[in-house]
Amino acid sequence: MTDKTKDRAIINAEESREYLTFTLGDEEYGMDILNVQEIRGYDAVTKIANSPDFIKGVINMRGVIVPIIDMRLKFHLGDAEYNQFTVVIILNIVGRVVGMVVDGVSDVVALKPDQIRPAPEFGAILDTAYIDGLATLDERMVIVVDIEKLMSSGEMGLMDQIQSGAV
Amino acid sequence: MTIDMSQFYQVFFEEAAEHLAQMESLLLELDVETADKEMLNAIFRAAHSIKGGAGTFGFSDMAQVTHVLETLLDRLRKQELKPTTAMVDAFLDAGDVLKAQLAAHQEGDTFEDPSIAQVCAVLQQLAHGDAASPLAVTPPPPPPPVARTKPEVAADSAGAGPVDHDEGETAPVCWRIEIDRNLAGEALATSLDGLVEVLSEKGTLEQLSGEEETTLCWHLTTAVDRSEILDTLDFVCDEAAVKLVPVASVPADDTETGEDPGYGFFAPPTEEPVASNDENDEGYGFFTDAPGATQAMDQEHPGYGLYGGAPGMEQVAAQVARQQQEADQGFGFFEDAPGGPASEQAPSSGAAPPVNVPPAGGGPRQPPPRRPPAGDTSIRVSVEKVDQLINLVGELVITHAMMAESISMLDPVTHQSIFNGLSNLERNSRDLQQAVMSIRMMPISFVFNRFPRVVRDTASALSKKVNLKLMGEDTELDKGLIERLADPLNHLVRNSIDHGIESPAQRQAAGKPEAGQIVLRASHQGGNIVVEVSDDGAGLNREKLLAKAMEKGVPLPENPSNKDVWHLIFAPGFSTADTVTDISGRGVGMDVVRRNIEEMNGRVEIDSELGQGTRIVIRLPLTLAILDGMSVRMHDEIFILPLTAIRESVRPRREQVKTVSGKGRVFQVGEEYLPLVELRRIFSQDAAHLPVEDGIVVIVDTGEGRAALLVDELMAQHQVVIKSLETNYRKVDGVSGATIMGDGRVALILDVDELMKINRRLNPSTAPTMVQESGT
Amino acid sequence: MPKTILTVDDSASIRQMVSFTLKGAGYTVTEAVDGQDGLDKAKSGKFDLIFTDQNMPRMDGITLIKQLRAMPQYKAVPILMLTTESGDAMKSQGRAAGATGWLVKPFDPQKLLEVVRKVIG
Repeated sequence: MTDKTKDRAIINAEESREYLTFTLGDEEYGMDILNVQEIRGYDAVTKIANSPDFIKGVINMRGVIVPIIDMRLKFHLGDAEYNQFTVVIILNIVGRVVGMVVDGVSDVVALKPDQIRPAPEFGAILDTAYIDGLATLDERMVIVVDIEKLMSSGEMGLMDQIQSGAV
Repeated sequence: MTIDMSQFYQVFFEEAAEHLAQMESLLLELDVETADKEMLNAIFRAAHSIKGGAGTFGFSDMAQVTHVLETLLDRLRKQELKPTTAMVDAFLDAGDVLKAQLAAHQEGDTFEDPSIAQVCAVLQQLAHGDAASPLAVTPPPPPPPVARTKPEVAADSAGAGPVDHDEGETAPVCWRIEIDRNLAGEALATSLDGLVEVLSEKGTLEQLSGEEETTLCWHLTTAVDRSEILDTLDFVCDEAAVKLVPVASVPADDTETGEDPGYGFFAPPTEEPVASNDENDEGYGFFTDAPGATQAMDQEHPGYGLYGGAPGMEQVAAQVARQQQEADQGFGFFEDAPGGPASEQAPSSGAAPPVNVPPAGGGPRQPPPRRPPAGDTSIRVSVEKVDQLINLVGELVITHAMMAESISMLDPVTHQSIFNGLSNLERNSRDLQQAVMSIRMMPISFVFNRFPRVVRDTASALSKKVNLKLMGEDTELDKGLIERLADPLNHLVRNSIDHGIESPAQRQAAGKPEAGQIVLRASHQGGNIVVEVSDDGAGLNREKLLAKAMEKGVPLPENPSNKDVWHLIFAPGFSTADTVTDISGRGVGMDVVRRNIEEMNGRVEIDSELGQGTRIVIRLPLTLAILDGMSVRMHDEIFILPLTAIRESVRPRREQVKTVSGKGRVFQVGEEYLPLVELRRIFSQDAAHLPVEDGIVVIVDTGEGRAALLVDELMAQHQVVIKSLETNYRKVDGVSGATIMGDGRVALILDVDELMKINRRLNPSTAPTMVQESGT
Repeated sequence: MPKTILTVDDSASIRQMVSFTLKGAGYTVTEAVDGQDGLDKAKSGKFDLIFTDQNMPRMDGITLIKQLRAMPQYKAVPILMLTTESGDAMKSQGRAAGATGWLVKPFDPQKLLEVVRKVIG
């Protein structure tokens, strides 16, 4: 992880960084591609009882137990369907592997730091606390999200120190 | 060329820890009456090895303790002294001090404690033997060191013990010390280094004699008085051999020679003195001599020497001749490339700072990098690597299971080769799994070995006599289990000594031998490891326990069986001891023992006979990584129930379920009413409850006694590979982990104790509606 | 052709230090864990220099030196004893056994290299 942070610092100092963009509802988000481990379809999950509905359960990913969260449920974006087009982004967050269900994955884009402007207070699906800024790409607005911050937040309840497994 | 010594620390730490453990177990085995010479030798060797390593790697505090330890051990193995219990005690204490020092160094710290000086003082006194010990009058804790020339010495003075005296106001005096080897006795030869070290701590020591001389001679410039020097000398040699005369007073500042302790024996050869070899700093002069002379003459260099005319010297001489041709003057040993001597003047070893000198004041050391040593017959591999291997093999087993499932619809006749191949694969991967698992396996002696000491210390603290018998020490189990087994076993053994074994008087009155016996036995039984702690003590008192249960309000079934009663001692806060001692508060912690064992997916059973003794049996799985379980279904979800928790399964009848006001539903088995835990209520989001008669009840053992677990269906028995949910997620209530089933899906492993807790939360006395609702 | 050195010591850390130091200086080093192992390794190889600890399980250094000296191929090979003692008794014992010299523990890598360079270059 420290290596990665270092790499990132170097990239940062030099030039643009790559972002994976995905859609949630009508909004397009971008996240650091270095956090993306892989993108896969939605598999049957094993439910975890007494957990919030957006935590779909756990899957076996080559022997590793990975929790799957559905961002559409988390942010109440209507009915979340699961079919062969449902996309799960497998993230690596501080050494932990988490699967994130989104509406779709659109692109990988390169953004220079000066292309990302600070986000004003606005009504995005995501809390501004997790937003690094906004970028404009061919007329589209991409909300650049700090995925590590979001996923390790207490709100997601993915890690023990934050939510100690209350039933 | 400088070599970073810290890279070897880790190996030294491991090695020293092994030696310490070995030394301790040998000491505990040692019978002082019939001390075996081989054993004393082995103990000596362990101390000796630690000293060698400690000295080399700059842990001079440890070197110092091992040095005094070794001195006494050496006298023992040479049979100059007879071993006594006091010595064994002192050795054990020294071992403890060394362990603490080792632990501190591992943390990059130093262990400073008065116990170091005390232990050294005791050892020195013992080594001094029967003669009236002048050391007895010296105060054990050393005063803080007076400003000293070398930080290394200052940092270590805590370990120097009573030889480190208050130097008072006296001006330094130069003493000439002479020791006649012939009169000095055997001890001198082995303790010379130590003596030199101790002397050089008292002031500035200058060696005047050669190693070969019959009379050793030093100049010691010091502020300590005559009697103190004599005391120091006294414990390495006979007083008659010592001559001590003042030479002259010298200004303190002038006396620095910068001699390194441990190299204080620099001396010119005696028989054939080489002109240029007179002082420490010019140990290379004789190389200008003719090769023949070099070869014929003994050579003493700082820290090493060569025998003149000894086998191998021709080679050395030839080498020296070659080096001389190549080098202009002197020798350039240090900076050059291999094979090509440089022409640079060699620095004297006194001037070249050794790389192993610890930082001034014994300051913190960088934690050493872990490096595997170059072993010959074994390699050290990090546990993570082994675990990764175990994981991968687990994957292989799962993959096989998945393949087997997918081909099960094929026609075995037409696809015979696939089926054959698959069954080969199965066998191979099972073998591989076992082989890989065996890497993590260690003999249980790793935990058992500490118990002779525990028993000895505990028994003597309680003035009881206890013999310990170890059986099945070679039984292997998972390294992770071994580590976690140590604490519960420790508790059980101490408990047995404290509460099980009676005092010698009581035992005699009961017609038992004075000394009680505790047996620690390990064995394999089926897929389990069974560890037993049994004693021939007083046994558990049924009436007392029952009375206590009543008093504490611990629930008990009617007509409790002995087993039910014995299990009371595992209830939280349960205590039957008339007096609670600090060795083991009876009952205090026994619930923790039970919980610890259960966390390892193990079980504790207890068996006792009043007046005859108590036997506690721990059953553990072979490994932490694999669990024998039963798959159970709830709706379409599969869960794994550990087999160790399962007593029996019952096809329930509706009338067996009763609703008890405030306690929820209970399940009647015979005379007993067990709390009914419905998996669906605990784990199912929907409220569709299962009619009891459609499901199956599994009677499980939990921390709170037995319970009836209602599931939809029992599926099959499996060996499953345990996976942590916490790696990427968090702890889930009611679940101890997860596993991957043959179809690749994840199944959660149930934790029956937690299920009980959840069940209680779901059935609060204030919610009678829930109780009624579930009574479908 | 690099010179070959056999180091015989029951202490893994000392062995490792010796071996690392000497390998770093370009020598080929073989390690043995005790006297018996040292003897076996010496038999199956040819060494230009042998270091041996004194006090070891199975076979001590003095015995090892005696045994080696009895073998024609090691009659004249330099053998140095590693020792924590520097007394006469040890030295005369070493000399009698046929050691070429001794090196007092603790020693540091520089000292070791110094000795090795002096003895075999």
